[in-house]
Amino acid sequence: MKAIIAATLLGVIMMFTGLFVKDKRQVVMIATIAFLALLGITIWEVQDASSAAPAMLFNNMLRIDSYALWFNMMMAGCTFLYVLLMGKDIMRVGNHVAEYFTLILFILCGIFLLTGYNNLLMLFIGIEIMSIPQYILAGADRRNLKSNEASLKYFLMGAFTTGLLLMGITLLYGATGSFYITDFTFLRTDALNPMALAGIMFILISFAFKVSAVPMHMWTPDVYDGSPTAFTAFMSTIVKAGAFVGFLRLFHIAFGSLSEHWMLIVALITAATLLVGNITAVFQQSVKRMLAYSSIAQAGFMLFAIASVNASAWQGMIIYGVAYSVATIGLFSVLIKMKDYTYDGFNGLAKKQPVVAFFTTIFLLSLAGIPLTGGFMAKYFVLNAAVQQGGLLWLVIFALLMAAISVYYYFRVIIAMYFKQGEAEMAVEINGGDRILLGITCALVILLGVAPHLFLGSI
Amino acid sequence: MILTLLILIPLVAGIAAMAMKGAAKGISLLSSVAVTVTSLLVFTSINSFGPNGFVEWSMPWIPSLGSNISLMGDSMALVLCLLTGIVMTIVVITNWNKDVERPGSFYGLMLLAQAGITGVFLASDALLFYFFWELALIPVYFLSSIWGGEKRIAVTFKFFVYTFVGSLMLLAALIYLSLQNPGGNSFALENIIRAGASLPADQQQWMFWLIFIAFAIKMPIFPLHTWQPDAYEQSPTPVTIILSALMVKMGIYGVVRWLLPVVPDAVAFWSDTVITLSVIGIVYASLLAIVQTDLKRLVAYSSIAHMGLMSAAAFANTDVAMHGLVIQMFNHGINIAGMWVIVSMIEQRWGTRDMRQLGGMANTAPLMTIALVVIALANIALPLTNGFIGEFMLFNGLFASASQYHVTFMVVAGLGIILGAVYTLNMVQRTAYGEAVAMKAGGDITMNEYIGLAIIIGLIIFLGVYPKPLLDLTAGIMMP
Repeated sequence: MKAIIAATLLGVIMMFTGLFVKDKRQVVMIATIAFLALLGITIWEVQDASSAAPAMLFNNMLRIDSYALWFNMMMAGCTFLYVLLMGKDIMRVGNHVAEYFTLILFILCGIFLLTGYNNLLMLFIGIEIMSIPQYILAGADRRNLKSNEASLKYFLMGAFTTGLLLMGITLLYGATGSFYITDFTFLRTDALNPMALAGIMFILISFAFKVSAVPMHMWTPDVYDGSPTAFTAFMSTIVKAGAFVGFLRLFHIAFGSLSEHWMLIVALITAATLLVGNITAVFQQSVKRMLAYSSIAQAGFMLFAIASVNASAWQGMIIYGVAYSVATIGLFSVLIKMKDYTYDGFNGLAKKQPVVAFFTTIFLLSLAGIPLTGGFMAKYFVLNAAVQQGGLLWLVIFALLMAAISVYYYFRVIIAMYFKQGEAEMAVEINGGDRILLGITCALVILLGVAPHLFLGSI
Repeated sequence: MILTLLILIPLVAGIAAMAMKGAAKGISLLSSVAVTVTSLLVFTSINSFGPNGFVEWSMPWIPSLGSNISLMGDSMALVLCLLTGIVMTIVVITNWNKDVERPGSFYGLMLLAQAGITGVFLASDALLFYFFWELALIPVYFLSSIWGGEKRIAVTFKFFVYTFVGSLMLLAALIYLSLQNPGGNSFALENIIRAGASLPADQQQWMFWLIFIAFAIKMPIFPLHTWQPDAYEQSPTPVTIILSALMVKMGIYGVVRWLLPVVPDAVAFWSDTVITLSVIGIVYASLLAIVQTDLKRLVAYSSIAHMGLMSAAAFANTDVAMHGLVIQMFNHGINIAGMWVIVSMIEQRWGTRDMRQLGGMANTAPLMTIALVVIALANIALPLTNGFIGEFMLFNGLFASASQYHVTFMVVAGLGIILGAVYTLNMVQRTAYGEAVAMKAGGDITMNEYIGLAIIIGLIIFLGVYPKPLLDLTAGIMMP
């Protein structure tokens, strides 16, 4: 609750900062403080929630439980890290620096609603608050045609699936007479209403779009590739994790008892997402585009949490969201400083920047899911949930084979950095502060890999 | 507690070596000697707890997953730790005069790999085992890709992907087994064993193949061996030694500790199949070894043949085979390390590994030739060398196996010994005798090589003539 209000207020404050503070560096400084304050408030909220009972707010429209608070804190933490790592890069995107941070704060507000909604209307509002700023951010580089294309494409497709979401909500309302996800007593009975099932399918499709699951993934490569890299890093990580939690809440809390009707579909979507994401990523020549496909592949793993209706899946979602976000943001913050975004652009980085190359290697190992890194634990948790669920062992083995394929494209970067000769030209020099921040990010990745329970709190 | 030292010494030394480039060699030597001495001390001390004595150490790690950092050193694990220490010492000593590029990273990564390998041998928690299994792989990937031969990048990547696919299969099985524990998730070895043994037959078969493929790739067992000759050939020799003397042992060790006791019914069902694959591998690899002209490839194929015999014995289900397996794991590690040391010395002096361009080493480098002959004889298991005692026990155990095909297995595997003599003696003949080819650089053995080879040959002859100490220390080993 406090976090939602704080995110909104800080957003408004940021917006006005743009009017009065003209020096971009100062804006970044103020934004950093704002995100730190937001992180502080989420931590305070976690500490403050002494009772286990969830807080019901706004006529039960929001139901903020300890999971939501914890997840909010993790996301605020990841965003703070993102602003620290990429603040200067956001500054270089365009002239409206304060607005960019404002939009990011609004997106966080949307995510906070998605972690705590109890009512389908709140879900809708959360999704919209999260999405609309992204359409703007995607097109922030106004003079770049690809950025414009990304924005328009994202907006049109997003608007279309928002329509599907609304349609689904309407059908569910028609079937149950309620918007409250904990109130769908009708859905818990054996009698099945085709209207409700159709509604669930519509909602499933629109969520599949938001988390870029196959076959609703077509927008992802173009949007992620076309958007300014600084915002791709945010959209493909934290926003995706936020959308996933919204997905998870609805399908486990409201539709959990109907899982036999949608589980197979989700499992097939998962398999398709893993297949398409990994296979297509193999053929990319640009690291940025590879990361776009890799984000589809990683979404495939996160879908395991949706397909497994149990407590481990909820734990897995946190670990996966954080591990994937931290490693990807780290990777993007190195990528954005390169002159050439192709694999060849990384040739010889290890000779030129040994420390940065080492950190990049750790991020890549984490994304590939090598033990001792967060990525391994993340995959472990979600696959563990799927094995517990039973009946999904085929999917688990398939996912592991796909993880082996992912090694190919992640290691291509490592091969370029360490084993190939080249200049690895930087567009922006990496200074000591960047190295320290990358080192902290890298330490977080390792910490996630050896002590994941620290990131689960009491969940 | 002392067990953690075996892992921590190389780990800390590895990081120190990376930081202090100039002292990297010295640090590695110190650390390897320290590991050797420590494991020898623990190894000899556990015998005072009786024939099945062991030491263990445990601390909680990830409670929500039921995983602990638990280490267990019994005679099988410790004999392999001892081997790790000795082999690393030999590697550092014999490479003392050679200059590698970026010695800090090179020796640092070697030591990290050593820490991973030792961890694999000591872990008694499945998740920890899996962690160390991968920890051993990553440094080796970098070592081979940076310091290897011409085709190193593609070859090492193939090796990496092969083993990684195997590891993931293993991971799936371990997750599944850890969930079968009645009191909630547990990765402890005894709970995994209990969970596996309680599974119905069809599920055991799934688990068997998932786990077996991981270990079979590492060993490697025919037909999953295709990564191995290339990887051995392209890796720098010190890394080849780590791969062939130590890392393949992880596969065999994994079978004995994490496969045979875990899914006993499936093992009984499939053991004939596995032994068949293994003996095919022995003959196939031996035949290929005969036609090789590259020394490294020859030794690589000979290693597949030897591993084939070990894996056949592991599935023979007799106590003597198991005892022989442990002895042979140790001896094979020493012998193959010796082979590689000699091969690398030849390559360094003559600038080629092609046997067609070599010859007459007995005239130009008599001491090297003596070492080559002794190690070659140990490689074909001549009596009075250490190879004999191990292989004898393996054959004995294979013959005593309850399988209805035991005579066939025996005969076909026995062919491997004859073929082994053919390719090994052929190699000795072509390199040591015939028309002398002049050396390109260097002379006969240098001091550091002398020390390294003296350790190897000393062990070969001592354990060949008087194997009792090793046999006594491992006397408690029997079928799991």
